[in-house]
Amino acid sequence: MTRKQKRLAVIGGGMSFIIAAVLLVMFAFSQSVAYFYMPGDLAKKPVGPGTLIRLGGLVGEGSVVRGEGTTVQFAVTDGADAIKVRYTGILPDLFREGQGVVTEGRFEPGDDVFVADTVLAKHDERYMPKQVADRLKKDGVWKGEEASK
Amino acid sequence: MIIELGHYALVLALATAIIVAVLPMLGARRLDQAMMDVARPGSLALFLLVAFSFGTLTYAHVVSDFSVANVWENSHSMMPTVFKVSGVWGNHEGSMMLWLLILSLFSALVALFGRNLPDTLRANVLAVQAWISVAFLFFILLTSNPFTRLYPAPAEGKDLNPVLQDIGLAIHPPLLYLGYVGFSVCFSFAVAALIEGRIDAAWARWVRPWTLAAWICLTAGIAMGSYWAYYELGWGGWWFWDPVENASFMPWLAGTALLHSALVMEKRDALKIWTVLLAILTFSLSLLGTFLVRSGVLTSVHAFASDPTRGVFILCILLIFIGGALSLFALRAPRLTAGGLFAPISREGALVLNNLILTVACGTVLIGTLYPLALETLTDDKISVGPPFFNMTFGLLMIPLLVAVPFGPMLAWKRGDLLGALQRLYVAAGLAFVAALVLFYLQHGGPVMAVLGLAAGLFLIFGAAADLWFRAGIGKVSADLAWRRFSGLPRSAFGSALAHAGLGVTVLGIVAVSTFETENILDMKPGSSTELGGYSLHFDGMKPGLGPNFTEDRGTFTVSRGGVSVATVSSAKRIFTARKSATTEAGILTFGFSQLYVSLGDAGKDGSIVVRIWWKPMIVCIWGGAVLMALGGMISLSDRRLRVGAPSRRAKPLRAAMEPAE
Repeated sequence: MTRKQKRLAVIGGGMSFIIAAVLLVMFAFSQSVAYFYMPGDLAKKPVGPGTLIRLGGLVGEGSVVRGEGTTVQFAVTDGADAIKVRYTGILPDLFREGQGVVTEGRFEPGDDVFVADTVLAKHDERYMPKQVADRLKKDGVWKGEEASK
Repeated sequence: MIIELGHYALVLALATAIIVAVLPMLGARRLDQAMMDVARPGSLALFLLVAFSFGTLTYAHVVSDFSVANVWENSHSMMPTVFKVSGVWGNHEGSMMLWLLILSLFSALVALFGRNLPDTLRANVLAVQAWISVAFLFFILLTSNPFTRLYPAPAEGKDLNPVLQDIGLAIHPPLLYLGYVGFSVCFSFAVAALIEGRIDAAWARWVRPWTLAAWICLTAGIAMGSYWAYYELGWGGWWFWDPVENASFMPWLAGTALLHSALVMEKRDALKIWTVLLAILTFSLSLLGTFLVRSGVLTSVHAFASDPTRGVFILCILLIFIGGALSLFALRAPRLTAGGLFAPISREGALVLNNLILTVACGTVLIGTLYPLALETLTDDKISVGPPFFNMTFGLLMIPLLVAVPFGPMLAWKRGDLLGALQRLYVAAGLAFVAALVLFYLQHGGPVMAVLGLAAGLFLIFGAAADLWFRAGIGKVSADLAWRRFSGLPRSAFGSALAHAGLGVTVLGIVAVSTFETENILDMKPGSSTELGGYSLHFDGMKPGLGPNFTEDRGTFTVSRGGVSVATVSSAKRIFTARKSATTEAGILTFGFSQLYVSLGDAGKDGSIVVRIWWKPMIVCIWGGAVLMALGGMISLSDRRLRVGAPSRRAKPLRAAMEPAE
């Protein structure tokens, strides 16, 4: 191989790897990114079943129902609208009625219950999921510092 | 009074840092020995002042002086002393103090051990280090002062966040910061070299030990953090691709690349411009990580407080240092001479491949971490990029690297023989595949792809062994000679073999856990039993308990195998009195490399409780491999050549520059 060919091989190899990586990133973004919704958004513009989304809001007061075994049902609300959520597993330590929560999962076909794979209530009692806090402030449902403490 | 002295020492430190930042740099320019000589004592004084200041803060925490706001917010008089101490860095202000302490420690170390450096280079390096100290001292004094007093002093503190009250968290931040901040030395060396406008193999030899030391600490720190999250958060996961984790992982990837490219530069005087750029980028990623974690743009356990002025301040530091260094690079890099030539198939070629893959993989992690932030700022859309994204991109991109690693050390410098390397490795590859099949069979199935993953991990381990085997010439020469050759191998050879094998062990653990893990969530009443991973768990019952600053409900399980009880394991729900917050203490039983993980959920009305149990096969390998990597780094660091070979800067480069090889 001449010097020029060597250089070309190295540069060509490098570039094709980078291009492959870029394509991979774009593909992965189209596949696995979850958009964040509040119950009000879903009331205006429903999301089709099977799409991975994040649903955030406050856990509705008095809405937590323990089903058989380890299944729990609760409502996620933003003050105006509410969505029923079903989750199987252990709820985080900081999961409480009236507290902020973010759930990730999908709607099942032909059912208006949101099936969550993950429930995040993060690890600080002062913590309010940022996405929830921002929206509550924006929508005027924010109860000042009390809501986050 | 002591607190005020600490505060005063910090202000003095700022003054000292400004002097060290300015005078030696001017001195190096004018070749004024007296001005350059300020750098060493100045850096030592800076470290002593910061250390004193940090000491007073620690003292305030240990004696629970609640008149200091920082202590009041993050401590409690009933906390065990070890957590009072770790509480110093378990909050925003204190963790920035730790950052600064470690930064000035590294400056002091360079001042102490950098005796063999040329005067101008040392003066410039210490000056650049001092610039970073100046920036962070301003940041602490203006926006995050830990010495603020409260009047009247409260009687009792608000307690430290319960999940941070853990021995793992006492060790994890200092280790992580030693790595994170340690890369500042590489950055300073790179900037100093750019200021001087000369760079050669000797430069790489000086930088490599610092890179290695930082890398060792970062490796151990990340592993420690991962293990902490695993047992403390009670979710059974060991890596969440959380932005904060990514923030520490990106410098690690770039630092690993730097470690390897500096090798090429040291041995072959090639890849010089790239290595300098990489040194700048690695520390830039550390700074970016600090920004992400400390500015409050992310919310997580690490984001202690979100004060917008802090975010803007760190962003400014970020822009000045990264922008400044990159501008300097753009200005000076064309003047640096490029190094030696090599064929694509060669040791250099393999290391270039390593760098290519590591930096591209690091880039995907960066995109995945920053994209949601960028999108939210630009369009107000809120998205989350989770593990599936990273597994798909990062995971796939790393596969070629795993396969290529064993080939690297087998190839000769300049012009390698791929066929020869293949011949030496096919036994290792075959063995790896057979062993993977055996493992797969023992684990009773799972996805067939797992065999390939296991084989990749084993190939790394066997490949590392094969490297040492062939270097010693075992089988080719007499046993006696082979032993002498083996024991005569440089320590760096053992170091890199161990680190590569460690990577294999980690891969093995990751593949095994993600494919063979089994999990069971169920409602258990005292007296009931369940089976998992070949073990049977009998729930003995719940018992209340009392700790120094918490109350708990502890559930105990008797674990038996084949009817014989082997151990008991207990998991607890703790309520921390001061903050009225709950944590779950997971119960973990280790069997060989595998673990049984028990975590309690909510109690039902009839005395039953939700229990989540995982069988995590070979999970210990994940962290064990990281420990091996760090050990390999330490062995390599102890190599004589790194210490003794460093002093002389050769008059002329090894080989005249001909054309850029990058």
